[in-house]
Amino acid sequence: MDISVLQTQGTQRGLPKHLRGLEAESIEIMREVIAEFKKPVMLYSIGKDSSVMLHLAIKAFHPAKLPLPLLHVDTTWKFREMIAFRDETARRLGIDLLVHTNQDGVARGIGPVASGSSVHTQVMKTEALKQALDLHGFDAAFGGARRDEEKSRAKERIFSFRSQGHVWDPRNQRPELWNLFNTRIRPGETIRVFPLSNWTELDIWLYIMLENIPVVPLYFAKQRPVVRRNGAWIMVDDDRFPLEADERPESRLVRFRTLGCYPLTAAVESDAVTLEDIVSEMRSTRVSERQGRLIDSDEAASMEKKKREGYF
Amino acid sequence: MDGVAPTVQQANKDLLRFLTCGSVDDGKSTLIGRLLHDSKQIFDDQLSELTRESTRRGATGDEVDLSLLVDGLEAEREQGITIDVAYRFFSTPKRSFIVADTPGHEQYTRNMATGASKADLAILLIDARKGVLLQTQRHSLICSLLGLRHVVIAVNKIDLVSYQANVFERIVVEYRAFASELGFSSIMAIPVSARDGDNVTRRSDHTPWYRGPTLLDYLETVDSDSETNEEPFRFPVQWVNRSTPDFRGYAGTVVSGHIKAGDPVTVAASGQSSRVKELLTYEGPQPSAETGDAITITLADEIDIARGDLLVGPILGPEVSDQFAAHIIWMSNQALIPGRSYLARIGTKTTPITVTGIKYKIDVNTREHLATHTLGLNDIAFCNLATAAPVAFDPYEQNRKTGSFILIDRLSNHTVGAGMIAFGLRRGTNLHRQATLIGKAERAAQKHQKPAIVWLTGLSGAGKSTIANIAERQLHAAGHHTMLLDGDNVRLGLNRDLGFTEADRVENIRRAGEVAKLLADSGLIVLCCFISPYAADREMLRRLVPDGEFIEVFVDTPIDECARRDPKGLYAKAKAGKIKNFTGFDAPYEAPANPEIHLHTTGQQAEQLAERLTAKLAELGIIR
Repeated sequence: MDISVLQTQGTQRGLPKHLRGLEAESIEIMREVIAEFKKPVMLYSIGKDSSVMLHLAIKAFHPAKLPLPLLHVDTTWKFREMIAFRDETARRLGIDLLVHTNQDGVARGIGPVASGSSVHTQVMKTEALKQALDLHGFDAAFGGARRDEEKSRAKERIFSFRSQGHVWDPRNQRPELWNLFNTRIRPGETIRVFPLSNWTELDIWLYIMLENIPVVPLYFAKQRPVVRRNGAWIMVDDDRFPLEADERPESRLVRFRTLGCYPLTAAVESDAVTLEDIVSEMRSTRVSERQGRLIDSDEAASMEKKKREGYF
Repeated sequence: MDGVAPTVQQANKDLLRFLTCGSVDDGKSTLIGRLLHDSKQIFDDQLSELTRESTRRGATGDEVDLSLLVDGLEAEREQGITIDVAYRFFSTPKRSFIVADTPGHEQYTRNMATGASKADLAILLIDARKGVLLQTQRHSLICSLLGLRHVVIAVNKIDLVSYQANVFERIVVEYRAFASELGFSSIMAIPVSARDGDNVTRRSDHTPWYRGPTLLDYLETVDSDSETNEEPFRFPVQWVNRSTPDFRGYAGTVVSGHIKAGDPVTVAASGQSSRVKELLTYEGPQPSAETGDAITITLADEIDIARGDLLVGPILGPEVSDQFAAHIIWMSNQALIPGRSYLARIGTKTTPITVTGIKYKIDVNTREHLATHTLGLNDIAFCNLATAAPVAFDPYEQNRKTGSFILIDRLSNHTVGAGMIAFGLRRGTNLHRQATLIGKAERAAQKHQKPAIVWLTGLSGAGKSTIANIAERQLHAAGHHTMLLDGDNVRLGLNRDLGFTEADRVENIRRAGEVAKLLADSGLIVLCCFISPYAADREMLRRLVPDGEFIEVFVDTPIDECARRDPKGLYAKAKAGKIKNFTGFDAPYEAPANPEIHLHTTGQQAEQLAERLTAKLAELGIIR
């Protein structure tokens, strides 16, 4: 089958049944939030899931303009290509983009190299996110997390209740029956909403391919300067990255399956240079995408712990 | 390149949503782990982590504990049980699957019901050594109530009964006898070992007597037809899109049936009709839309439509009523009390609702109907309910989307119940609210005042009546028109049929509130003295009147002080055990969190407190 045929059919009508169902479910969830909350926001992490989420939001509210802002929590350690892509996306779509950095963390010199991944994530991501939500008084925040990513995420509701202080208590989540979402909260309480809950990584890539959704070029294989550490390829993105005495960056054909802060996200060797290549690679891979996220294996059940503290 | 086209085609196959349920330790999580593992959904790094964790948790050799793949919470892995629903995804060349792994413990039954609400099929695990258990029956009943049509009995741990055919057959016969009245359209029984994989994805050599399909074969081929295009058109309006001043688009999802541009549609509750002008998506106007499509509808005429309305086709309309009968699964530790006001979410509509009567509770063992006054956690009952305004619905049996609702506690905002509507009750249909020519505003204007309900709550002996009496005298002297409702007086007349159980207290306050509302409608300032111990009921009172007209006054006297004063000698009797359900002793008092007026009475004279009350009323703009 010719790929170009698939792409021209890649409108809503031409989408495969399964993706069409997922798309409709996500749109329903997004409209629910706009109808029920006073001040929603969409977390935008620049990655592939955020790209899909943004694309779905534009569809959900069409012909109205996007009725909520995007929020990017900038740890100051994102790949340069990510920041360029972020700004270009906001400009291209005319979107209200908020960028928040934990200035207190910057002043204290917190970073993945100096402080270690655990402290960096806590201060520059989790704390920063909570600051931004409080600063603007957002009562609902969309996130692009999927249940297939990680096993504590598989337990997550679509409407995830957070008590004052953004605390997630997995034992005290509301039962979520049918599509009847309970959106009621008291002042100070918030809801995190996950419209991509039922998408898998493969669904995301198929959808990106069929809908021609722009993504950060780092997802495509290219010769990039990397060093080998703890069995992982780490990209040298700028001179803040301290090389060990015996380390010399070498050029390898690599790409990223997941994007986070640059010293904490590993690249994989790959020759996938098109979306079609990526989808083919996805079908034969034997490792999970979070393998590339070094922060996840810090401690057992660490995703759950981070989520309790207010992480997405 | 050649890998992509088949992948896209694969995404075109259909989807089966199922859940696994059954009693604790029957092996639900292990079975899902086995399905994921054997269908190659587990990546190498996840498998090596699983092996490490299995060893750490005491598995021997290279055995892996597959349940650890799905028990995602730390507490679950520590206790070795499933607490919450986990959703997992896998696919085979024939089908995609969404699996809900649900807990077996009775205390987490609500999470099992959650998983069942969205499923097409249930795999009910039965431990071959234990047979049909109470929890097996409970889960079967819930699956039946929630409208699942297909059940697979997976008789698990068949290896532990030496693969004996007669053990399997005995369980199947017993289960079929139990389930015969539950209305499932198919019951399939398969002997399996989730741990070893027998008959899960591969045929077992140990069970030559079993000639049916493996579990996965069956899941791939069972009729998943949830196609609802043939059903009448239903479209709950989710959000009104007003992108420009002259654009009104009704955004939502077609929950059943289909619709074409030009088709006639009706707003179910108001009966107003129009025609579909356009069916809009981001891709442009569409000629038609089917069940499951998220679209935006524009109409040929301007009619009044808001979120919560149900758009329907011209034939086979839904029922519209403010009263209906429904099955309820109660999900809260706090009892369901008839008469108490909850919020119901039906479709996209949220409306106040009360249970007007519990017809019976269902005994899960015997399916006997039992009489009861309240419902506790995990109780299943058949009830009559009344909503504040008419709602449009279908019987749940006919339409899971328009026949289901959840109940929300008005104070905590917790989801406390799930409901499946059986049928509408006609009682309300001949009652219509009569608009009066002279309204509350006119009546109040004539008296030169703003009407209000001033509600004094507090313990018995706190001083409510004393303060209210003095305050009323002051208001009266200042020329205000007032009325005083006192708890004891109301109980001697209107409410003399009520006692002091929680249910009766709720009804006592409901009636008193309705009387106070009528008095306020006549333009009066109504002072009410009721212990009114439950926050939820006071919240209900607040919603009876427009914002600002309900003034909650907390007469705050410590219980020791009330007992010392004991004006009616009730505390002495309560101490002597002569009164049951006495507030502060063996019945709770939920103090107001944010009352409009908070009167600390200790060391204060009643006159001063009454003056503070009237001064506050002036501050709030009720009196001048």
